[in-house]
Amino acid sequence: MSAPAQALQKPHVIDIKNPILTIENLNLWYGNTHALKNISLSIPPQKVTAFIGPSGCGKSTLLRCLNRMNDLVDDVRIEGNLRFDSLDINSPTVDVIGLRRRIGMVFQKSNPFPKSIYENVVYGLRIAGINDRNELDATAERSLRGAALWDEVKDRLYESALTLSGGQTQRLCIARAIAVNPEIILMDEPCSALDPIATARVEDLITELKERYTVVIVTHNMQQAARISDYTAFLYLGELIEYDETEKIFTRPSRQQTQDYITGRFG
Amino acid sequence: MNTFWRQGEPFVWLTATAMTVTLLITLTLIGVVMINGLGYFWPSRLIELTLTDGTHVMGRVTQEDTMPNGSGKRLQLKVGNRDLYGMDFRWINGSDIHDQTYPVDAVAVERMEYGDFYGYLQTVTIPGLLKPPADPWDALSDTRRKLRRKEKELEAINAKMSKLNYRQRQIRLKRQKLEYQKKPHVEIKKLTDMEVQLGQAFEEMLVTHNQKIEELRRYTATFADANGQTKEIPMVDIVRVYRPNQMGVGAKIGFYAGKIKELLLSEPRESNTEGGLFPAIFGTVMMVFLMSLFSMPMGVIASIYLREYAKEGLFVQLVRIAVNNLAGVPSIVYGVFGLGFFVYGVGGSIDHLFFPERLPTPTFGTGGILWASLTMALLTVPVVIVATEEGLAAVPQGIREGSLALGATKFQTLIKVVLPMASPGILTGFILAMARAAGEVAPLMIVGVVKLAPALPLDANFPFFHFDRKFMHLGFHIYDIGFQSPNVEAAKPMVYVTTLLLVSVVLLMSMTAIYLRNSIRKKYQTGAF
Repeated sequence: MSAPAQALQKPHVIDIKNPILTIENLNLWYGNTHALKNISLSIPPQKVTAFIGPSGCGKSTLLRCLNRMNDLVDDVRIEGNLRFDSLDINSPTVDVIGLRRRIGMVFQKSNPFPKSIYENVVYGLRIAGINDRNELDATAERSLRGAALWDEVKDRLYESALTLSGGQTQRLCIARAIAVNPEIILMDEPCSALDPIATARVEDLITELKERYTVVIVTHNMQQAARISDYTAFLYLGELIEYDETEKIFTRPSRQQTQDYITGRFG
Repeated sequence: MNTFWRQGEPFVWLTATAMTVTLLITLTLIGVVMINGLGYFWPSRLIELTLTDGTHVMGRVTQEDTMPNGSGKRLQLKVGNRDLYGMDFRWINGSDIHDQTYPVDAVAVERMEYGDFYGYLQTVTIPGLLKPPADPWDALSDTRRKLRRKEKELEAINAKMSKLNYRQRQIRLKRQKLEYQKKPHVEIKKLTDMEVQLGQAFEEMLVTHNQKIEELRRYTATFADANGQTKEIPMVDIVRVYRPNQMGVGAKIGFYAGKIKELLLSEPRESNTEGGLFPAIFGTVMMVFLMSLFSMPMGVIASIYLREYAKEGLFVQLVRIAVNNLAGVPSIVYGVFGLGFFVYGVGGSIDHLFFPERLPTPTFGTGGILWASLTMALLTVPVVIVATEEGLAAVPQGIREGSLALGATKFQTLIKVVLPMASPGILTGFILAMARAAGEVAPLMIVGVVKLAPALPLDANFPFFHFDRKFMHLGFHIYDIGFQSPNVEAAKPMVYVTTLLLVSVVLLMSMTAIYLRNSIRKKYQTGAF
């Protein structure tokens, strides 16, 4: 592996026209650990963008920068520019609550609240102070249909969400995220705890979702990235190596490291 | 043998032994208390012994053992009749006993004073009746039934009198206040007049009251002890009269139930060794209730700050160490602190600010249920904090992130998701705190518990809750009747009964909390997938 020599190379980054989200020179430190190094890329709207790379490469960290989830971590320092519309995500004055309503998130481990299926879906509305029954009902149905879960749960909306299977709960979490009508949905390895059938369903769903939302997904499963994403970024040791159209990354990568990774030579 | 060691079998045995020992100790403790406590109310037979010197002894066998010098057996009898003999218990040497019988017409009398009387019913005296009735037992039961109505009237008068007394006291306090504030003389005069009027009404009632009592006391029954010594007892002084040697099992069960009812619902008599424990039960439950009202919110809120908001670091670690140490401070220290801070400090200041006219008589500046509850709250708050922190720590971080990612604030996340999920842990803290508070005696002795409280801290007089009042407590009751009673031998069974009751109260309260916790836990249990 000739990684040190190539690390000096500039990353290969495709230029995106009219991006919805732009990352410029992003650096992140956990204490003294430099976890993200000078990352610049742009996310196109209504497309699926995947972040791939070996464990610990910083792909989840990068994702969590986009909706300020790293705020929860003590001792973290972020520098650089994160632009979403005209909003500077990293600015200390930004309305984090409002930002998170516009950029939703689905986690690796499904995390349903110990409430009914219905209450899980409308949670985002309730905390925003919306309690109108008709609106909540409409949103619940729309979101559950959007997450391809409606037919399975329509007869037991008021049962505990903890009775659902793993794949169903993950789709419930997606329904919960789209209930507040976000512009971007971040997904942090959403299928890593699911069996192949459940994974296939969630993947189908993601493909449907991109018609209305921008999806950014972190995955360590390269086949998955190849199947569902339009653009792919390859990260390695906190650095962006290559960012291009998925097809190109998987067929004609510009960097040797990308080539090594997708062919399974390391990682 | 080698495989026995290699397979770790000894450790199974070791752990199982430890568990068994714990279980045995607990069961023995509860067993001893139950055997001694539950048997106390059973109306056992009265035995009459004829001694070799020709005298007779009647009573209940309480103990039987060998003589200290090893020569034969001896019996301990509860002989009652304290007013005649000066003592209730007597040891009889087996060699002195000539004969023993269980006379069918032996009578046991439970009296308002001087404990039980054991003997025979001779006659009854009913005013207006010229010759004594043919069957004194029937006449006694009949008359007692009739007298009950008159006793009710007397009780009504009593209640009215205490109401008058209460109102008079309220007016006196008001007058004192006006006098202290140097208000116009006219207003004070008006109150003084009212006071005098009430005083007169009280005096009048007292006269009728005394007349009624005197009238009632003319109905008497005359009993004779085993040796023929007679005792005339006014019927109003008789709580119960029964012939245990004639009672069948059904009658005995009925009697037992009656005694249990008395225990739970009525006031104590005879310096707490007889009668009921209602004020002590009530005081204990109310103190624990008030205590949780103070310690639960305080403990839960403090641990929320510690776990959810405070940044982990030296300071938070120090606070945690302090809290854990607080749990190990001897309880009497809390009592002294409560006395100094709550009673004299806070209570004294309240008196100076709001009730200066009553000084030097303290209102809040003396032990009371409020200060006792606050002291106990302080004592139990570390338990609540530790348990709540554990409960909060057990909520997965992913759940918090899920809520925050939907645009919830930290506070919304706490209220809507984290706290409900942590509630089983919080309830565990509540159970531990409650059990500790209900069982603690030492600090209470100096911040408000008394041997006999004149009134409950909750009654029909405005403002209904009287937080300044002193109260009775089951734990203190055990200490009091067990070690401070003039008649320790007679009080002994009551110690067991009170202990049993205290254990039951704690058990009942924690069972309710545990039931609640389990149903919540079921609701929030994360399914396995």
